[in-house]
Amino acid sequence: MAKEPFTKPTSRAPVSQRSQTVGKINKKAIGGRVTAVIDEIEVKVPMGTTILEAAKKVGIKIPTLCHHDDLCLAGVCRICLVEVEGQRTLQASCSYPIIHNVRVKTYSARVRRARKNILHLLLRNHYGECYSCEKNNNCELQDLAEEYGVTEYKFGHIKERRYQPDLSSTSLTKDNDKCINCKRCIRTCIDLQEVGVYESVNRGPKTKISTYLDKPYSDVICINCGQCVNRCPTGALKEKNDVSDVWRAIDDPTKHVVIQTAPAPRAAIGEEFGLAPGTTVTKKLNTAIRRVGFDRVFDTNSSADLTIMEEGTELLLRLKKYLKDQDKDVKLPQFTSCSPGWIKYIENFYPDKLDYLSTCKSPQQMFGALIKTYYAQKANIKPKDIVSVSLMPCVAKKYEAQRPEMRDSGFQDVDYVLTTRELASMVKECGLDLPNLPDSDFDKPLAIGSGAGLIFGATGGVMEAALRTAYELVTGQEAPFKKLRVTPVRGMKGIRSAEIPIKKATKDWKFLEGATLKVMVAHGTANAKKVMEMLETGQLNDYHFVEIMACPGGCLGGGGQPIPTTEAIRKQRAKAIYSEDEQLTIRKSHQNPVVQTLYKEFLTDGPCGHKSHQILHTHYSPGSRWIGKKPKVKAKKK
Amino acid sequence: MNRLNREQLAELREKLKRVNPGFIKVGLSTCGVAAGAENIYKVFKRHKKEKNLKIDVRKCGCAGMCYAEPLVEVSLDGKSSVTYQQVTPELAEKIIDQHIVGGKALEGHTYKAEGENKQLKLVLANCGKINPESIDDYIANDGYQAVAKVLSGCSREDVVDQLKISGLRGRGGGGFPTWMKWNFAKGVDADKKYVICNGDEGDPGAYMDRSILEGNPHAIIEGMIIAGFTVGADQGYFYIRAEYPLAIARIQKALDAAVKYGLLGENILGTSFDFNLQIRLGAGAFVCGEETALIASIEGKRGYPSPRPPYPSVKGLWDKPTVINNVETLANIPIIFSKGADYFSKIGSKDSKGTKVFALTGKVKNSGLVEVPMGTTLREIVYSIGGGALEGEVKAIQTGGPSGGVIPKEYFDTPVDYQNLQGLGSIMGSGGMIVIDQKDCMVDIAKFYMKFCVEEACGKCFPGRIGTYQMLHYLKKISEADATLRDLKLLEDIAYAVQRTALCGLGQTAPNPVISTLKYFRDEYLAHINEKKCPAGKCKGLLAYKIIEEKCKRCGACIRVCPVEAISGNKEIGYKIDPKKCIKCGKCLEVCKFDAIKKG
Repeated sequence: MAKEPFTKPTSRAPVSQRSQTVGKINKKAIGGRVTAVIDEIEVKVPMGTTILEAAKKVGIKIPTLCHHDDLCLAGVCRICLVEVEGQRTLQASCSYPIIHNVRVKTYSARVRRARKNILHLLLRNHYGECYSCEKNNNCELQDLAEEYGVTEYKFGHIKERRYQPDLSSTSLTKDNDKCINCKRCIRTCIDLQEVGVYESVNRGPKTKISTYLDKPYSDVICINCGQCVNRCPTGALKEKNDVSDVWRAIDDPTKHVVIQTAPAPRAAIGEEFGLAPGTTVTKKLNTAIRRVGFDRVFDTNSSADLTIMEEGTELLLRLKKYLKDQDKDVKLPQFTSCSPGWIKYIENFYPDKLDYLSTCKSPQQMFGALIKTYYAQKANIKPKDIVSVSLMPCVAKKYEAQRPEMRDSGFQDVDYVLTTRELASMVKECGLDLPNLPDSDFDKPLAIGSGAGLIFGATGGVMEAALRTAYELVTGQEAPFKKLRVTPVRGMKGIRSAEIPIKKATKDWKFLEGATLKVMVAHGTANAKKVMEMLETGQLNDYHFVEIMACPGGCLGGGGQPIPTTEAIRKQRAKAIYSEDEQLTIRKSHQNPVVQTLYKEFLTDGPCGHKSHQILHTHYSPGSRWIGKKPKVKAKKK
Repeated sequence: MNRLNREQLAELREKLKRVNPGFIKVGLSTCGVAAGAENIYKVFKRHKKEKNLKIDVRKCGCAGMCYAEPLVEVSLDGKSSVTYQQVTPELAEKIIDQHIVGGKALEGHTYKAEGENKQLKLVLANCGKINPESIDDYIANDGYQAVAKVLSGCSREDVVDQLKISGLRGRGGGGFPTWMKWNFAKGVDADKKYVICNGDEGDPGAYMDRSILEGNPHAIIEGMIIAGFTVGADQGYFYIRAEYPLAIARIQKALDAAVKYGLLGENILGTSFDFNLQIRLGAGAFVCGEETALIASIEGKRGYPSPRPPYPSVKGLWDKPTVINNVETLANIPIIFSKGADYFSKIGSKDSKGTKVFALTGKVKNSGLVEVPMGTTLREIVYSIGGGALEGEVKAIQTGGPSGGVIPKEYFDTPVDYQNLQGLGSIMGSGGMIVIDQKDCMVDIAKFYMKFCVEEACGKCFPGRIGTYQMLHYLKKISEADATLRDLKLLEDIAYAVQRTALCGLGQTAPNPVISTLKYFRDEYLAHINEKKCPAGKCKGLLAYKIIEEKCKRCGACIRVCPVEAISGNKEIGYKIDPKKCIKCGKCLEVCKFDAIKKG
């Protein structure tokens, strides 16, 4: 019998569940371009282009709901229906490839009536009212209802809850009652991230998005990246909201509330206030944060620079052990550990590979540890009175802050993590007009970040920052790139690699003379998965350093960033971060005076010394409670 | 037995044809088995052994007269035969004693066909005639002649041309020309192609495919081999629903036998053509009968349909060009090639060629399978072949399952073909025909099908998921005297919206029962809404049982049978029904001997 063509699994999420993409038509092979006449506007497009894409080209907006630029095709919501001449039924424009000349009407009476009816059907099952929903004013369903003039519930409206919300995760919450089953989260988790937390279960009206056996988030393989939250068109998926806790701290006069802000939110929070993507508002944000009531505002970039010092030193030490001391137990390549989603991913899926991870904490956690030790000492405030908040683009950071390992200061190092969206809502609550606020600087003593720390926000940034410092440390010369732009590790390609030959190594690092430093960068856990497969098959044997970020685009595409986040928007944000880097005078981590002072005053035994190991480094443990363990089976009652 | 080449197959056929002894055939399809035919078969087997009879006792498939099962056909010389209906073990013993040993046919138990002359059995010809578990029997009845013919020098283009001449269209529901489907798949350049037989028959009351799978499995295999040869596929799958265990077992047996004879596997009949077949089981989802969902199911995915284009003939199973045909379509293929495309195209009406098998069920006397040439009128099917209503009068007929609609009896003179049925707001579908009489309520019928659609909706697209549910909501309201005219309008709104917007064919046709009942029986809907009455007396929500005092003899029979204590009173003061407690079960009406209980 013939063998069945089972494709090799490339994803932990069952291959069989992966969704469908619009047929990849070899446009060259079929040849020509076809003409589409959309609402009497003619447009020539390559064969296989969908009607939706063609319409976008000529500026015609077709409403969508289940479609998302990052995701594969679903064709489930039927909102994007159009009338195609010659077709009996209305066609979903997102999934209709144009293979011969077509005439399309996008808003005929038939189309409008159909869309309206679908909307009403959706609203019938959509529990709750808009004003009591966090996504009020940022909900695609609400927008459509407004566009189509919905003023009443034509088919009625559900009055009672059918599902209990899942509040078990430290990062995100799920409310099936608000879910419209667009399956964006499934496609995000299976196709984009290749984790596979969700699948739709049951049939007909009982269909719902469920986790494995409908278990709570805390019991499934979720890595807390929050990409699904960022793509949910309604209020069904949300981050775990910490705003009220932070308000309580601010309103408490006995508490000293400090906040650190990461570079990615600063490049994106403007979008929440109507600014174009790619507008950085760092200094205006400082003012806003102070007016909201925070006592101090610090720059996470300064601890990012510290991370580079620690992580770079760790790498060089590993290299030294491996190359000079011939210690073959040293694990190379070293993997970055800045992304908490990635950490949970490797702990869950590759628990035997934890030794490859750098032991450095992420910048957020290094900062948290410093605030309740170094800063507390310096400002003469009791650590227990300090409430340490961080502004992050990430919902996994909420989980990271609560890890038991992250209490090296004797307290929880970071008390609350706010996402970009949460802080924006606080600023809005104060009635502040962020784009028109005056500028102000960060507070001392953690006020300065280098350009290297800043570009942590983009995929490849950690690698670039590390290279700038490590190369100079080893050779005494600046890294050999024009304007310090390490272009091979920049960009949005899923996996990128670079080779940097080392010339003229200084005395201490002579064993590296003539060696070529090989590095790799990946973003999105789907790509991380590929990298781990390469590691397992020995393809990374001659690599030294690998940067992995759990979210597509790195931190600037994080799960806590403004909605929508798409490839185009991510590119804009990255552009903003890189151009800001070039405007700075200090662009290398080791030149950061804050870092230098820290090593002089506080971490006196230097990078990777005893003190820094105590508060800046951590350890990992195999994540999943069932991987490597036998599941407990309840004894049957007799 | 070695693998055969063409000459050896012909020799074998001649050899098998010469064997022509007497036989006892017991109909052992699911319908027969359900009626107890297995026992009958055992009785004959036992007697054959005990009495050392020379006669051959055989299994055979369903001949279509399901209402008369178990059926036993007896022939002493292999030529003329007598068929007995509703055979019991006692009758079987009598048949042995009197007919087989005594040589005289029993009277009074023989089967008399009604309207046989109206039928034309092509696809069902071998069902009930041959032993489905014996490949020899099939070969002796000119089986695998078509494959031998096609593989001896026919080009792939010739096959498509012949199909085009024959005018065969898909029998699964859509009625898409088969030659076009094959031609698309043939024209695509790919390293691998597939042929799939869609045996996921799910319409309530339809079982044509099951019968063919059980009664004539080799014909379908033959059709698939020809399909594989034509499009250039070397692998095929039977997708059969797991609820058809007998069909699965028989197909598996047939596949094994065909492999042994060299009719499947490598170098079929000594040619260079290779073709393999395997069975895949459906897990009971109606939507998996839709071709893209079926493909997803074979691939191991959740049975979700996906948007077309791309069509499966271009990009199907594992992204390869795939031809998916219904069981009955494939069973027609060998007929076209052994009897000739011209012969086939002469049968039927202008645009619909050949015959169609229908499963005639519901309130009809002779329920079972009928095979008629396309263009036969509904009247002939229902009255001449089906024998008319079981009791009372026929009101309408429902065709095409949950995707179809109802056709009132005023239109019974319409010749049945794809266009005509569509014109009447129904579809040919896979061939289910359910006869509806005056006691059936049209709202109830629409509700039944909508409930089916809601339960079987896959949950993928919004209209299919919420629209069907919402329609059921309004139908329930109407049947429970809770609806207004506005609800009726909303029901129609959704029906048309779902029809135009759903993702797959099943979703788009799900509102058909509602739309067609509204088209022909709007007055029944209006009676429910305006007068709060169900004209057929079917909708429980609209029924009220009342005791007519004048007629009541105060016997107390009703109070004793009422399961919910809705009847109160005693012999002195008389009895009363509390409408709030009454569940409208009708028990009191049944037991009342004095017609004192009024329903309505």
